[in-house]
Amino acid sequence: MLAWTIYLSFAGAALEALLPEARARLARWLALSCAVVGLAIAGVDFFTHMGAARTVLVDLPWVPAMGIRFQLAADGISRVLVLLTGLASVSGVLFSWNIEKRTGQFFAFYLALIGGVYGVFLSYDLFLLFVFYEIAIVPKYFLIAIWGSTRREYGAMKLALYSFVGSAMVLIGLLASYAASGSHSTTLIDLAHANLPVSAQMALFPLVFVGFGILAGMWPFHTWAPTGHVAAPTAASMLLAGVVMKLGAYGCLRVAMGLYPHGLDPWGFSVLGIGSWRDVFALLAVIGIVYGALVALVQTDFKFVIGYSSVSHMGFVLLGLMTLSQIGLDGAVLQMFSHGIIAGLLFAIVGRIVYERTHTRQLAELETMHLARRLPFAAWAFVLAGMASMGLPGFSGFVAELQVVVGSWTLNPVWTIATAIGIVIGVAYTWRALQRAFFADKQPTAEDHPKEGWQSMGAITWPEYTGVGLLMGASLVVGLYPRILLDSIEPAVKALLAGGIQ
Amino acid sequence: MNLADLFQVTLPETALEIAALVVLIVDLGLLRKAALSTRVAVAALLGVLGTVVALCLLPCAGSMGYSYGGELLLSAGGFTAVAEAGILLLSLLTLLLFIGTSFTRHAAEYVAVILMAAAGGLIVASAQDLLIIFVGLELLSLGLYVLTAFNKHSERSSESALKYYLFGGMSAAFLLFGFSYLYGIAGSTNLHQIMRAAFFASASDGVPLLYAALVLVVVGLGFKVAAVPFHLWVPDAYEGAPAPAAAFIASASKVASFALLVSVGTATLHALDGLGTSFFIGVHAETLPKYLGLQMPWIQILSVLAAASMVVGNLAALAQTSVRRLLAYSAIAHAGYMLLGIAYMDMSGHTAQAALYYVLTYGLTTIGAFGVVQVVETATGSDKLDAFLGLHKRNPLLAAVLLILFLSLAGIPPLVGFWAKFNLFAAVLAVGAGPVPFALVALAIAMSAVSLFYYLQVLKRAYVLPAADESPIKAHPVTMLVLVAIAAAVVVSGCLPTILQNWIVQGHV
Repeated sequence: MLAWTIYLSFAGAALEALLPEARARLARWLALSCAVVGLAIAGVDFFTHMGAARTVLVDLPWVPAMGIRFQLAADGISRVLVLLTGLASVSGVLFSWNIEKRTGQFFAFYLALIGGVYGVFLSYDLFLLFVFYEIAIVPKYFLIAIWGSTRREYGAMKLALYSFVGSAMVLIGLLASYAASGSHSTTLIDLAHANLPVSAQMALFPLVFVGFGILAGMWPFHTWAPTGHVAAPTAASMLLAGVVMKLGAYGCLRVAMGLYPHGLDPWGFSVLGIGSWRDVFALLAVIGIVYGALVALVQTDFKFVIGYSSVSHMGFVLLGLMTLSQIGLDGAVLQMFSHGIIAGLLFAIVGRIVYERTHTRQLAELETMHLARRLPFAAWAFVLAGMASMGLPGFSGFVAELQVVVGSWTLNPVWTIATAIGIVIGVAYTWRALQRAFFADKQPTAEDHPKEGWQSMGAITWPEYTGVGLLMGASLVVGLYPRILLDSIEPAVKALLAGGIQ
Repeated sequence: MNLADLFQVTLPETALEIAALVVLIVDLGLLRKAALSTRVAVAALLGVLGTVVALCLLPCAGSMGYSYGGELLLSAGGFTAVAEAGILLLSLLTLLLFIGTSFTRHAAEYVAVILMAAAGGLIVASAQDLLIIFVGLELLSLGLYVLTAFNKHSERSSESALKYYLFGGMSAAFLLFGFSYLYGIAGSTNLHQIMRAAFFASASDGVPLLYAALVLVVVGLGFKVAAVPFHLWVPDAYEGAPAPAAAFIASASKVASFALLVSVGTATLHALDGLGTSFFIGVHAETLPKYLGLQMPWIQILSVLAAASMVVGNLAALAQTSVRRLLAYSAIAHAGYMLLGIAYMDMSGHTAQAALYYVLTYGLTTIGAFGVVQVVETATGSDKLDAFLGLHKRNPLLAAVLLILFLSLAGIPPLVGFWAKFNLFAAVLAVGAGPVPFALVALAIAMSAVSLFYYLQVLKRAYVLPAADESPIKAHPVTMLVLVAIAAAVVVSGCLPTILQNWIVQGHV
């Protein structure tokens, strides 16, 4: 059943591509129904399989001569991320309701991207996973280049090339492990059982981890993320931050760590306290957390603040992965979900609700607009989303980041402290953006002040209310009752830690 | 000599030559007063008929090939049959693309030259003897020179044909010179005899001369497949030739040249077939030392050419502003990937299958690409990147075809270009263990990441940037049909790669 999320999205994309350009309304409703049905399938499956072990959905020979199978399966981690994709896709369609230019094409690329993302989260054959992973690259380019804003062609090309370089690294790793395991099979389980020599794992692990890490916004390969997020249209930046970065993190977990567990072993020597690839990537993650937060602190463009905050938050995911402990990995997967929801919400408020009405994202200009009074809904939604993003208790971010921080203590207490500093800076940049954009007490000059009152900015439309409600609700539910996700994540993580994918 | 056998093996070639004559007779004899478009259509359809007949006759050639005096002259069946079918199919498609054009008044001559060049290609693909290889190559090449020059109204066409001809003549001289050395060493013109002689010569003292001969031969063959540093003719020829002719040069002739490389590579691997077990008692032929015979230098020289072609082709393509030149440099890059496959062939034939798969699907895709260029060029009079501005508005279907073909060339799944690359690289890694093949494959993958940039440059013009001129572009219905069929084939064989692969493997058996 879950496999239908993939087929449905691609079928929707094909239909949208065939729609004539004038049928914008039809294109919107078609996209919304595809996304809603996808979410419904994901939701039903999630709640009926809570805590279930891995279930195989489809298993067909694809290229029998080379042992490539069309194998889709889901465990707890996949189900959580598929649910996230469903939520992100529905809210993304809702926040793209105002796209008037080439609407059919927009949703065609959008649904193709969604289909690729569902596919990655459900593939249990490395070749298939890679195919879906690459399918997700091209639509991103066109979504940003055609419908984007600020330096969109630059941002789109940078994003496409970074993604493609990352996937080339993954492809090298895929080919090398396929050859080293005797060229019999590309399923993840068979590759994990192939007992690759430790030296091969040591070499391939960083290659594949960095390859996926590029898309997860790992410092110092994160630079595509802020420019890409800023250039993208709202729905695309919601998807980029919401699910595409998760593709990278998921690949790091499922492929790099699942196939090359010995890649994390100590090297046998240490330089400046770094004695394994685990230390290297954990350090990069911590740098990402602090660096992303510091850079977010000085941005003048509202959307760049959120863009850099994504780099910071994705650092928690990578750090959680590198703890190699139950609590750390639980936190990492939970953070993937949580950041997907919260980043989507922040981008929706900044890019759609505010920008479409003010036509500026410069904090200095927003300061003079009295948005708290003129767009109270946006202001209060951002207050809540900002609190969620800072990791206040009651929201999903708190549970996730807390677990990662606790898990990281066993790795290296110094890094835990650095991470904690990163969280504090996180409070600072969110507060600064919130205060300057919505609650500035700077008075407009006499010339700025219109004589007959502020002109109306347009009422908040129903898709905006629904989208904000959906995402906010998801974050609150997970924050107040994290077991709802952890019941699924924990057994899957336990199985993963116990014996890789085997 | 049994002439009946020879006739049977060369039935497809004969069919092509007869079709060429029929085209000339019909056009010059019956249609002298007819409109140009009718003459073009009739000539092209007769040519298509000829290739279809040749395709049907292909199985009649059997799988034994033709031997004279105990030495194989022409092979048939197996890889040869696959390559020959590929050459005929690709020629057929380029003939169909010719229908929508009006660059020449000499429709029959154009089609006849294509058919004869295709016959040359068939001979090249099956030849197992130096003399036949040379005759086939010349028949093919002369046809290509003429085709390049066919647009008499265009200075560029004549200029590029002359360049192509001069380079081609020189490389043929190198090839012949190398052949003469090989004949001197082996005392035979048969590929298998030569490889056997080379094996024994390298075991004694004839090595330097052997290497000199090998280098000379590789110069000649490298020119045919457009490998760096023998690639200088490619951008000019692709830019100057009429679009359907460029499509033929880029596809059918390339398949023939790579089939020849597969033949030579197979011969180096099977140098000791028939006497391996009696010569080395108890030693299996596959475990023979690689440093004997031509196998090792063959791998080395092809690896160097492959690496150079991938790097130069992809980097030079980044700077192009003409789509034809861009396709030319991308052709050089793709030749690099394929040469990598040819370098790492083994007894099981997996890599050879993968390389054939690659060249066939590449040929198909590139014909489609030239078809799109032809339509755009006819409408806008230019093949510059900016001629593609706003294509999605001017002709949505054409833009969609362009999107599929270029993404396939860039190696994006689930299109066939990705599968061809994966298959080829997996086969190379399965054959060649060790750091060198791994590094070459890594280089190839890194370079294909570079290639996405320039393919996106074209797609960006077609889909993203605003159009300067939004008037619709009309394409000839036959051209459009061919292009849509090619795009569909690229998608289908990308999603279900086993169809084509099984066909190639069964052809091999």
